Amino acid sequence: MSLLSIEGLSIEFGGVRAVHDVSFNLKAGEIVSVIGPNGAGKTTLFNMISGIYLPGSGKVMLDGEDVTGVAPHLLARRGLSRTFQNLQIFQQMTVLENAIAGYHLKEGGHVLADMLNLPSSRKRAKAATEGAHALLERVGLSRAAEQEAGNLSYGALKRLEIARALALSPRVLLLDEPAAGCNAVETEEIDNLIAEVAREGVAILLVEHDMKLVMRISNHLVVLDHGEKIAEGDPATVSQNPDVIAAYLGTQAEEEASHAHS
Amino acid sequence: MRISSKQITLLVLLALIAVAPFFFPSSFYYRVGALVFINGLAVVGIVILTGYAGQISLGHAGFAGIGAYACALAPAHLGIHVGLAAILGALISAVIAYLVGRPILRLHGYYLGVASLGFGILVAMVLSNEGQLTGGPDGIAVNDLGLRSVLNDMGLSLTNSEFWYAFSGLTLVVGAWLALNLYNSPTGRAWRALHGSEVAARTVGVDVARLKLQAFVISAVYASIAGSLLALQNRFITPEVAGFMHSIEMVTMAVLGGVGSVLGAIFGAIILTVLPQALTVFAEHEMMVLGLVMMLVMIFMREGVVPTLLRFFRGRGE
Ligand SMILES: Nc1ncnc2c1ncn2[C@@H]1O[C@H](COP(=O)(O)OP(=O)(O)OP(=O)(O)O)[C@@H](O)[C@H]1O
Ligand SMILES: [Mg+2]
Repeated sequence: MSLLSIEGLSIEFGGVRAVHDVSFNLKAGEIVSVIGPNGAGKTTLFNMISGIYLPGSGKVMLDGEDVTGVAPHLLARRGLSRTFQNLQIFQQMTVLENAIAGYHLKEGGHVLADMLNLPSSRKRAKAATEGAHALLERVGLSRAAEQEAGNLSYGALKRLEIARALALSPRVLLLDEPAAGCNAVETEEIDNLIAEVAREGVAILLVEHDMKLVMRISNHLVVLDHGEKIAEGDPATVSQNPDVIAAYLGTQAEEEASHAHS
Repeated sequence: MRISSKQITLLVLLALIAVAPFFFPSSFYYRVGALVFINGLAVVGIVILTGYAGQISLGHAGFAGIGAYACALAPAHLGIHVGLAAILGALISAVIAYLVGRPILRLHGYYLGVASLGFGILVAMVLSNEGQLTGGPDGIAVNDLGLRSVLNDMGLSLTNSEFWYAFSGLTLVVGAWLALNLYNSPTGRAWRALHGSEVAARTVGVDVARLKLQAFVISAVYASIAGSLLALQNRFITPEVAGFMHSIEMVTMAVLGGVGSVLGAIFGAIILTVLPQALTVFAEHEMMVLGLVMMLVMIFMREGVVPTLLRFFRGRGE
């Protein structure tokens, strides 16, 4: 049975169909990649699934329950977690604190216990801190733990976001361009990390422009163009699909044309 | 053992309270000192709301007004001791902060600023217009706390100004301790997270509306207790305690000292309370010099005095 089902999801911004009637499924342990040219609606789709945008129509089903329009913090409780294409880092906090923040649901308790620094509060914080250290180790950021997050490179912050998202122990993980801005070595590390997380049974929905990475690790591809799903299937089949080739070549041609003009 | 920055802050504060009197030219300065600590307490509340949780309030003097007038009115009308009245005032402030905060904390940035400003003005207007109850713009007398005579009976004799210096100083230490506990706690992290990125905080499960409300209520209680202390120390209170200028003063002190840090906030309270006294040598130009100092601090020390200095010394130490 699928863990996440997207059924006819649509949204418009001022009459523009950013996403239109998109459906697909995601099973536990599976990696599904959403690909498509710039502006195809991938991030918008993520924003609807994660409760940041309210869909105009359609449904998001998580583990058989309708979670359409459920607030992001409640989706987090149900095991849905994500990263952001345009980094959303807690800049004024240290790298370690950013990772601990991912444990909010596990470490959160009563505000008065926190205020009085009661043993219960310290215990929760300690457990979260230990977990965060382990996650930083896993994404290769242990040495930066005490640094202010704002000082890290783009690629490092991408990995920090993954660590923070993993801290929730999600069942479904949405990754929006996790390898953007990373060098070849870092990309490979992220590649391995994603595959490893999927092996642990997490359902992963991935948006990524690095096609080599996408082809290597995805079980299934969903292709968007101008907000609509134009193809889906296993990587080998989809990459042969003439509509997909046309969509990518089309944008390439458009880009070349606009370069020629400018 | 490595001492934490929390312990350092508390030690600095305690040392300051203990040592400052040796430099007081006259007993009048005990009064100034007490005022610094009371302002400091309100400003620590602003640090929680603004420095930690990133929310602005330009109406927090409204809660100071509630705390102050609770001390004046509750003993007369409910027959309770003035100390209990201060606690009652804090509870009322918490409830009102909850009711007011729910709708207005949905607003962001300057919209929230203006809405909270409206709340402060409302409280100040009620206090000056309901003259039959509150004594109106002329103010109203407040009972003696009576703690000093208790201490006197126990063999600890202090002058009135010495007592208020010590009492408000200790209250500030407690307030600072609680705020410092919060900073590194799960709640404090969630506040700072939503301050950094509301959308990311939501996706890690932070109930942003609830956490903002908690910060608002807690900071309102700080302001309320500061207002009560002001009333108790002066034995008299006017609606000015809830006034617009007092709200702005709280925020200015916090920002000037460094809104993210408790020590900064207290430093801000010191500057803006003591500087006007020190600047009396400039006579009628006093306020102009004060304004100039504030502008220069903000231009050259954008994060506030204390964080900027800490960064400077840390940078050189490495
Ligand atoms: N909040 C919004 N308001 C108005 N238009 C929006 C909004 N969010 C997205 N859009 C529009 O929706 C379309 C899809 O954008 P989206 O960011 O989802 O694309 P994308 O596939 O993620 O592209 P990229 O590969 O560049 O990240 C674009 O035309 C974009 O301008
Ligand atoms: Mg995108």
